Amino acid sequence: MQQFAELVQLLSNSTKTNEKLEALSQYFATAPDKDKTWVLALFSGRRPKRTVNSTQLKTWCMQVTGMSDWLFEECYHTVGDLAETIALLLPPRTTPVAAPLHYWLEQLQQLEKAPEETKQAFILQAWDALDGGERFVFNKLITGGFRIGVSQKMMVNALAKTYQIVPATLSHMISGNWDPHNVTIEELLHQHTTGADASRPYPFYLAYALEGLPETLGSEKDWQAEWKWDGIRGQIIKREGQLFVWSRGEELITDKFPEFTSLNTALPDGAVLDGEILTFTNGLPLPFQTLQTRIGRKNVTRKQLQEAPVIFLAYDLLEWEGADIREKPLAERRALLESLVQSTGLPVLQLSPEIMFDSWEQLTGLRLQSRDKGSEGLMLKKRNAAYQVGRKRGDWWKWKIDPLTIDAVMIYAQKGHGRRSNLYTDYTFAVKDGEKLVPFTKAYSGLTDKEIAEVDNWIKRHSLEKFGPVRTVEPQLVFEIAFEGIAASNRHKSGVALRFPRINRWRKDKPVAEINTIEDLKELLRVNGQQGNS
Amino acid sequence: MNVLQFTDNGIYCPAGDFYIDPWKPVKRAVITHAHSDHARWGNQYYLCENASVPLLRLRLGNDIQVQGIPYGETIYFNSVKVSLHPAGHIIGSAQVRVEQDGEVWVASGDYKLENDGLSAPFEPVRCHTFITESTFGLPIYRWAPQQQIFDGITQWIYENQQAGKASVLLAYSLGKAQRLLYHLKDKVDHFLAHGAIAIPHEVLLQEGWPLPPIERITPDTPKTAFKNAVIIAPPSAEDNAWMRRFQPYSLGVCSGWMQVRGNMRRRNADAGFVLSDHADWAGLLEAVAATGAEQVYATHGFSSVFARYLTEKGIAAKEVTTSYGDEDIITNPES
Repeated sequence: MQQFAELVQLLSNSTKTNEKLEALSQYFATAPDKDKTWVLALFSGRRPKRTVNSTQLKTWCMQVTGMSDWLFEECYHTVGDLAETIALLLPPRTTPVAAPLHYWLEQLQQLEKAPEETKQAFILQAWDALDGGERFVFNKLITGGFRIGVSQKMMVNALAKTYQIVPATLSHMISGNWDPHNVTIEELLHQHTTGADASRPYPFYLAYALEGLPETLGSEKDWQAEWKWDGIRGQIIKREGQLFVWSRGEELITDKFPEFTSLNTALPDGAVLDGEILTFTNGLPLPFQTLQTRIGRKNVTRKQLQEAPVIFLAYDLLEWEGADIREKPLAERRALLESLVQSTGLPVLQLSPEIMFDSWEQLTGLRLQSRDKGSEGLMLKKRNAAYQVGRKRGDWWKWKIDPLTIDAVMIYAQKGHGRRSNLYTDYTFAVKDGEKLVPFTKAYSGLTDKEIAEVDNWIKRHSLEKFGPVRTVEPQLVFEIAFEGIAASNRHKSGVALRFPRINRWRKDKPVAEINTIEDLKELLRVNGQQGNS
Repeated sequence: MNVLQFTDNGIYCPAGDFYIDPWKPVKRAVITHAHSDHARWGNQYYLCENASVPLLRLRLGNDIQVQGIPYGETIYFNSVKVSLHPAGHIIGSAQVRVEQDGEVWVASGDYKLENDGLSAPFEPVRCHTFITESTFGLPIYRWAPQQQIFDGITQWIYENQQAGKASVLLAYSLGKAQRLLYHLKDKVDHFLAHGAIAIPHEVLLQEGWPLPPIERITPDTPKTAFKNAVIIAPPSAEDNAWMRRFQPYSLGVCSGWMQVRGNMRRRNADAGFVLSDHADWAGLLEAVAATGAEQVYATHGFSSVFARYLTEKGIAAKEVTTSYGDEDIITNPES
């Protein structure tokens, strides 16, 4: 466990990619095999089943330390991470145990059906056996979510370095449905890419944002343009008579979208499509909020199917007749995709239309229609490019439309998490409604570290009231809030829900009296809004 | 009886007509220690512990009217008895004991309980009312024994040298820097230091404090001097062009705030050493208990939490806002 705790500490402290890569690669070269498989699983989002919950951890920690609830909460809001808070609060250990990572994970897994007392006894014993850094990672294994600045890409590169395998191949090998309980890292890395697991998706190719104008990309003839859609990026896989739907987060979501069942018979074996899952009616996508009603649920109701029907808008074809065709140029893949989509003839599978344009200037004009089309802007893809792995510059670019903006005043603040612990970084904003202020959105990002420090300092000096972790502040600081979309919502006091709100800039020049009003928001909704039913 | 009052100018003793660590200029100021948020410019007369006198002169100018007294000696302001007692925070740091008609109040200034080898070790003072700092007044702050921390720092320096890197340690120029030098003096042959550290260092050497020699970094210091070097710099030197010439180097921050991972990650440091000149949670509780005070005022830091906790434990405690900083001391490098 010590080795893993040190790895986590190093990874979370370092800001240098090379250093992290080296540490990971070193870990994969020296750690026990079983530990490696678990680390691979943990850092690729395959969280072990939760056998103990955070409330239990908190309760037991309070029992051990004899601490009252409010004091625990104060600590938690300062640290910003439950696992870390508990690790810091517990008294020093008395009975050290040196066991590897997989030992603790396996013990935890065995608790699944155990009675509460057994669970508690095990956790208390573990806390007393582990040192500070180990305790933190142990708690993290239970509460989940290792957000320590290791991307899947980095892990793949580290493994690739240790095992001397091409990163793209390796990426594919470790994707899909596997469980560290019954697979070893050697098995994962030595199997052939086909056959072993029919559900295995390809890593997604992701685009960077285009900075500046498309003229810098060269001749327009080399580029294919499509609308950029705001749904769930997904992959549909048909292999060995089975259909699998994956999200970009590498989550198998086949069961959430019964609409796609018909594709199982319509698609030939050995076909993998990349595309966007969208709620869609009358040729136009519905706001993202409607799609959200489909994501959260385990079982989809008939009502949801009617109100938020989905389609798969196909972008690309990655596998055809059982062969990986990602290295073929886009133009060839697109031609195959077009004929495939046409031949299935099902409304649930559509082709992401290519936008015809003769000049960059014309395309720049067409981009302005994005919002009317329910799209976020444009995608530009080089016709002769291969389908790459992960976020890469050069062959794909997203060219989003400028966001909508509104000037608002900060009214509540809350401390952040992780790097932002013990700093007020999570803010709620309001617009004017006559003399009153109506909260309409939260935003977490967009300020520089320096600005955050300044705002944090201001908040600590100008708070009015404290409600648990939330502070009410004097409505004085004005910010420009940018967002990608706006939809009507009866779950929000303001009547609107924003898509991707963030702080565009701090309007130190603007007095509160001049911020936007609820009428301005409604006008934005009328002009740009999509009809939501959420 | 309110022997001391909290006013807009600072902590005030009406019967003795003096202030403790005032933040606005006043006639008579009793100073707990030479850090800039406690020893401010512009007072007519200063009173502090003997060891603080040269530091106060260094920071506020040679022309200030300052009187030094040793720990434990009583002087009178009208009928009020005032004495200074070791606070263990930095060299010359003191708690101020104020007695009027048998009623005793103590203002702690900043303090820590562990003996750092340089500052006179903290001495609890019995009193009726204790005004305590609470910079780290949350139970998540628990300090390891300093030997363990210095072993960690020594090991880190050694690893950096193995990797051909300089070790840059960020530590506040008055207090933490000397503590580092004192504890590393037998492990490190040669120290380089930023001017902000070299200046008080020179004064302290003249005063006879047992500190190792250091080499002040100037624009003329050759780049070869930085290879595998141990460099002590104030926190303000971070993200500063001044540090670029030390490449390759590893950056270590020495501060109690390093206890929480998020703070460390925010600093972009390669290593965080949880080394503080303030009391941790257990230290604060121990100090309060040792005073036997019936009434406690908690100032700068997690004062509301600390006051609430003490109240629950049956000690009448209140939070007081002072200008020594609130929680925003988080950005204050002196901690």
